[in-house]
Amino acid sequence: MSELCLVPIGNVPAQAFEWIESATSEWFPLPIRRLPALPIPPGAYDAKRGQYQSVEIMKMLAQSAPRDAARVLGITDVDLAIPMLSFLFGQAQFDGPVALVSLCRLHQEFYGLPGQEALLRERTVKEVLHELGHTFGLVHCSEPTCAMSLATHIELVDAKQQQYCARCGLQLVERFAREGAL
Amino acid sequence: MKKNWPILVVDDEEVMCESLAAWLREDGYRVDTAPNGQRALELARLADYAICFVDLKMPGGMDGIETMMEIHRIRPEASIIIITAYATVDTAIQAMKEGAQEYIVKPCNPQEISMLVSRILKLKKLQSENAILRKKLTRQYRHHDVITKNPRMEEILALTQDIASLRSTVLIRGESGTGKELIARAVHFSGNRAEKPFIVVSCAALTETLLESELFGYEKGAFTGATGQAKGKFELADGGTIFLDEIGDISPKLQADLLRVLQERRFYRVGGNQEVEVDVRIIAATNKDLADEVRQGKFREDLYYRLNVIEIKLPPLRERREDIPLLAEHFVQRISSELGKDVTGLSAEALNVLIAYDWPGNVRELENVIERAIVTCRNGMLDEQDFSWLKRGHAQPQDWEIPDVPLGELERRAIVAALERKHGNVKEASSALGIDRSTLYDKLKRYEISH
Repeated sequence: MSELCLVPIGNVPAQAFEWIESATSEWFPLPIRRLPALPIPPGAYDAKRGQYQSVEIMKMLAQSAPRDAARVLGITDVDLAIPMLSFLFGQAQFDGPVALVSLCRLHQEFYGLPGQEALLRERTVKEVLHELGHTFGLVHCSEPTCAMSLATHIELVDAKQQQYCARCGLQLVERFAREGAL
Repeated sequence: MKKNWPILVVDDEEVMCESLAAWLREDGYRVDTAPNGQRALELARLADYAICFVDLKMPGGMDGIETMMEIHRIRPEASIIIITAYATVDTAIQAMKEGAQEYIVKPCNPQEISMLVSRILKLKKLQSENAILRKKLTRQYRHHDVITKNPRMEEILALTQDIASLRSTVLIRGESGTGKELIARAVHFSGNRAEKPFIVVSCAALTETLLESELFGYEKGAFTGATGQAKGKFELADGGTIFLDEIGDISPKLQADLLRVLQERRFYRVGGNQEVEVDVRIIAATNKDLADEVRQGKFREDLYYRLNVIEIKLPPLRERREDIPLLAEHFVQRISSELGKDVTGLSAEALNVLIAYDWPGNVRELENVIERAIVTCRNGMLDEQDFSWLKRGHAQPQDWEIPDVPLGELERRAIVAALERKHGNVKEASSALGIDRSTLYDKLKRYEISH
């Protein structure tokens, strides 16, 4: 199995990648490569909603991914949505190579509160583990503290821990073993 | 994967379809998408979708409402969620009237859609569990559990099917052990009251006062010891069926009370002054000839006619001997597995003994005889010798030492002896005597035997 590629989409604080690299290296037995930033595709902006259509960004990520990439994780600071849903913390191709996480709604500032870097770091790690988990075939977990539990608002993100529950963790290890990564 | 609950998303915008499908797949659902109504119907014919998200506005061809109605025709159990934009809320309300389960206005909060899906699926899970339980219950008492190839019994089974969903009172007549309660249960569990209570009252087992409070309940202070209000069997059976076994044994006062319930479906609790109204189907059973009891003035004629709206007369086992091998094999399989014995069947000679016997205690007696034989059997097959005691008892009654006393006295002695052997256990004594418990209670009362 080859690399886990991290791609900044638009302007993303470099610090975020240090957090992500440190967390993903603990859970995923893949070499990590940081790729050059990609611009936000112009067609992604939905002026009516003032948000970015996540599907357009996912398409761009899939097209620009290196051939030998095992997984491609895009990180953006813009607010994501899909036509049906008012917002998304992130999106992933279920059991596929591409995932995307937005930091926009993970900032305390988004909710009119003073910024907290430590909290932003925790939230980022949780959402990255969540979306990458989907790319390895994990579905939502009923354990609220597991990184794979579904968070539909920020309080639910905060209720999670920066780790998978035993069941999801084991599933992940089995999957790596099947793919020859262990 | 929550494969049991597949979901279909129907929308002409590919990005809308695929992004919602991707979001739902992360939740573990199998999701299909269709760009138009026509494709949605093709897919609905192939898969049993639990939920269909259908966009209200789809240009060209079928719109959302038409698609929904057609899907409903193919999959009546599917829950349809109509997706709409703000401008068309009125139409969405119209869609609800046409049968949509819910509608959502896009874009919606992720929490809203997540809760909507889990609410619908929770309900579906309950519905499916309920259906499974109901099926199990019905299977327990379905008609072909009454084992028979006797034409009269088959007619009776067809009749129970026909009358299952009526409220008419049924009177089941038949000797002890012919399966009156089994038929009553078959009527109840085949009809539209199946999921409601089926309450059995053995009228012969209780004294008049006890039976009255058992049937109608009582108010606090109605008698010594009535420390609170209690519901009677009629109230407990509300919406369902009450099975009054050994109806021929009730006192004249209770006959009058029962007549009132049959006429008005209302009664008073013992010591109460407020009427209680119930919707109960009554199935009564007796081993007596009630018409004869009426002629003798022991049973009210008006009550007899009220009870005897539909009459089922069960033949004794000796009149359906062709069923003996079937029943015997069935009991061998069931009882040997219950007792953990490795008995697989009966020899032809053993069957001949059983077929020749007259079975005064009917199917219940046959069941008891098979159980006794299995308990003592040392081989894997029940043979003639395993029933030799039965043959002896049947064929050589002259060997018995019969004292010169009236028949009633003989019966009284037999009952006392059985009770002594079974240490006062009425259930076991009745089983040993080949009669049912209520008949034994009846005889205990008649012979004034205390146990």
